[in-house]
Amino acid sequence: MKSVNHAVDLDNRYDAGNGVVSTLPSRDKMTIFDSEGGSMEAQRDSIRPEAETASAATGRQQDSAVISIRNFNFYYGNKHTLMDVNLNVPEREIVAFIGPSGCGKSTLLRSINRMNDLIEDIRQEGDIRINGRSVFDPNLDVIALRKRVGMVFQKSNPFPKSIFENVVFGLRVAGRIRKDELEAAAERSLRAAALWDEVSDRLHSSALGLSGGQMQRLCIARAIANEPEIILMDEPCSALDPVATSKIEEMILVLKKDFTIVIVTHNMQQASRISDRTAFFYLGKLIEFDTTEKIFSNPNTRQTEDYISGRFG
Amino acid sequence: MARKSKVDTFSSGAPAGDALVWLSSLGLAVGLFMITMILAVIIWQGLTAFWPREVAEVTVRADSEFTINGAQTFSGEIVHYKTRQDYTKDNKTEVEELQLYVGNRDVYGFSFFYVDVDDIIKIEKPADIMSIEREEYGKAIARPVSLHIKGETSVSADSLEFDDRLRALMDTVAERRDEIHDIEKVEIGRINRKMESIRLSRRRMEREGHTDSEKYRKLVDADAGLQGDYETLAAEAGALRDLQFEHELEVMLLTGEVRRMPLGKLINYRYPNQLRVIDKCVAFAHNMVSFILNDPREANTEGGIFPAIFGTFVMTIFMSLLVTPFGVVSAIYLSEYAKPGLMVRMVRIAVNNLAGVPSIVFGVFGLGFFVYFVGASIDQLFFSDTLPTPTFGTGGMLWASFTLALMTVPVVIVATEEGLLAVPRGMREGGLACGASKWQCIQRIVLPAAAPGILTGMVLAMARGAGEVAPLMLVGVVKLAPTLPLNTTWPYFHFEQKFMHLGFHIYDLGFQSPDSEAAKPMVFATALLLIILVVAMNLVAIYVRERLRRKYAVSAV
Repeated sequence: MKSVNHAVDLDNRYDAGNGVVSTLPSRDKMTIFDSEGGSMEAQRDSIRPEAETASAATGRQQDSAVISIRNFNFYYGNKHTLMDVNLNVPEREIVAFIGPSGCGKSTLLRSINRMNDLIEDIRQEGDIRINGRSVFDPNLDVIALRKRVGMVFQKSNPFPKSIFENVVFGLRVAGRIRKDELEAAAERSLRAAALWDEVSDRLHSSALGLSGGQMQRLCIARAIANEPEIILMDEPCSALDPVATSKIEEMILVLKKDFTIVIVTHNMQQASRISDRTAFFYLGKLIEFDTTEKIFSNPNTRQTEDYISGRFG
Repeated sequence: MARKSKVDTFSSGAPAGDALVWLSSLGLAVGLFMITMILAVIIWQGLTAFWPREVAEVTVRADSEFTINGAQTFSGEIVHYKTRQDYTKDNKTEVEELQLYVGNRDVYGFSFFYVDVDDIIKIEKPADIMSIEREEYGKAIARPVSLHIKGETSVSADSLEFDDRLRALMDTVAERRDEIHDIEKVEIGRINRKMESIRLSRRRMEREGHTDSEKYRKLVDADAGLQGDYETLAAEAGALRDLQFEHELEVMLLTGEVRRMPLGKLINYRYPNQLRVIDKCVAFAHNMVSFILNDPREANTEGGIFPAIFGTFVMTIFMSLLVTPFGVVSAIYLSEYAKPGLMVRMVRIAVNNLAGVPSIVFGVFGLGFFVYFVGASIDQLFFSDTLPTPTFGTGGMLWASFTLALMTVPVVIVATEEGLLAVPRGMREGGLACGASKWQCIQRIVLPAAAPGILTGMVLAMARGAGEVAPLMLVGVVKLAPTLPLNTTWPYFHFEQKFMHLGFHIYDLGFQSPDSEAAKPMVFATALLLIILVVAMNLVAIYVRERLRRKYAVSAV
């Protein structure tokens, strides 16, 4: 009886959202009530009561969601590393994924632009949609997806090229060769990444001569140059000192005006400083997803409270 | 007391493995020692081959059996003293003997002479002995008597003007020799090639029955014209050649024979016992340069080895150009695209084993596949006019390079794969995250970053390919190639032609020459040059690699 109610509840919610998420409203519904349908819902509810809280939070944000993650499951071989994750990322907000190591937050992040495709022996179930379009759609051009969803990695990974060539790499592989266009894009991106003033006089020297913080900002500039809608950041500051970290944090707050940002971080203060919403993951489950203020001041679950107060993790 | 207990704490009691460290360092030391020794021997022997030796006048006892043509006094360059086991004498089994390079092979029939030291009663180094380098029969070692100049009375060797006149005439003769070479090799060669192409066109037209056409008549006329040109040039060369025999140098051998030698046959002369150290150094440099730059003479035992150096160089470069792209492409597929599994593992094992196949097997394969199959097919298709004379259906630079490329491809594949593996995963992910396709990622990020590894493979392939001889003997190396594989005649690259090679030259000199004793210094000098060439090519590649490495240095982060 409970499961039916829940399904109806979800259904209503999505109907309500139809007006705004106009691209493919009926498909949204289909993914959820696909073949596996009710029984799956029932199972999920019986084992994970907290999932409802999470989806309730996502549901409220449905109207402006850029990324919507639905019943997402991820397996490394036989290891079930993400379980029934439901989450919506609203446009031009910063969403932080927090949680102890190995909880699956990076995996989820990498699934959004399908970087997990490179890994052998994985299985993904459920759906991730960007502006209503599934990223797992077999007709989808992965390259186009990755251009719209930029990524910054934990380890800064500048290419062994000049600073300029690093920034315009995405444009070059897209076949853009006009010099003035590339130069304009490079300047714009480097300015956005707050790096222009430091490197404008040595654009054509090797990127490998930069400091760690500069390299990471260069990687952010490289992601921005493609003019993506979304930027995924996988612990971008974990290898940096506090000064470089604060520079990047300031920059991320500015970038928020133009981009939707999902950031994985181990740094609780960082999450509370920069993010609008925070998702707490634990052992492959999304425990709680709400506004950052709520999560850090009055979390719904005991686990979240323990984690953010440093009692475990 | 306290100190003692501290020491005890740190000595564990178990053997620290010092003996094994010593053993491993000993292994390295032995290896290094052997490499140093072989290099030292080759460098020493190779360099002394160019050092001008003094000539000794040796007189033996009256009853000695060591006489040349009955003469007890003879001369020769002192090669070395050595001991020989003598079984004919009862009381003494070890005899010290002197090896002399006596030269004058046209008179004596041999170049080297051994004489027992005990029999020698006098060794002198007279200043007036002349050592003359000739086009044939090796050196002549004798006393000059007089210079017979055509239309003049002869100039005696005692007269003051003798040396100046001889030097001047030798210079004229040398210039004329170059002229003759130009006419015979370059100009007549060009006419021969034109005539050959006309002959082929005529044959084709005759076969097709167009013998009455205007074009055919033109060809016949052109042929006749060329024939005329040829005869003019041949006559010109003949006249020049005759001039070479005008003047003669009369010498007396120390054994008493008198010889008159036309100056045209002489290349250079020296008074070896008059040379000061500085003169010897000049002569040394001159010998070395002429060894490097000149063509070989007299079944390769005299003259230089330039064609062999050039052939080795061009073949090695061409082989590298063939093997590198092929190996790199294979390695990219193996490590980037092929699905890892049993198949890929087996391919990898096969590739590694390919590196261990004896090189002669590659030679046989190259002969059977490239020469007899591919080459013969090319001849059938494109050069049927010249058949039965093969164009590509015989060994040549092209097939030799292909064969060696095949032989060295495993080295390049293995090194490239290692280079590709060393490119950090983050770099590839960064490329993909920027919206690059997999191929764009490989081409723009992975390959440049792996370039040093690829060049390492190329260096190893070059080192292995340049020194290889056995397969080359089957697919295109010859003792003496008339022209260089890369020259000024259209189409400049003659990769179908046979070529000379330093490695084969060493084998040929050492084991196939009529006078192996005379060839010995040449063998060492050639070996030295081969080593220098390989090292030089490797150094260039290593220099390029270091530059790339600096440019694409993979960040430590």
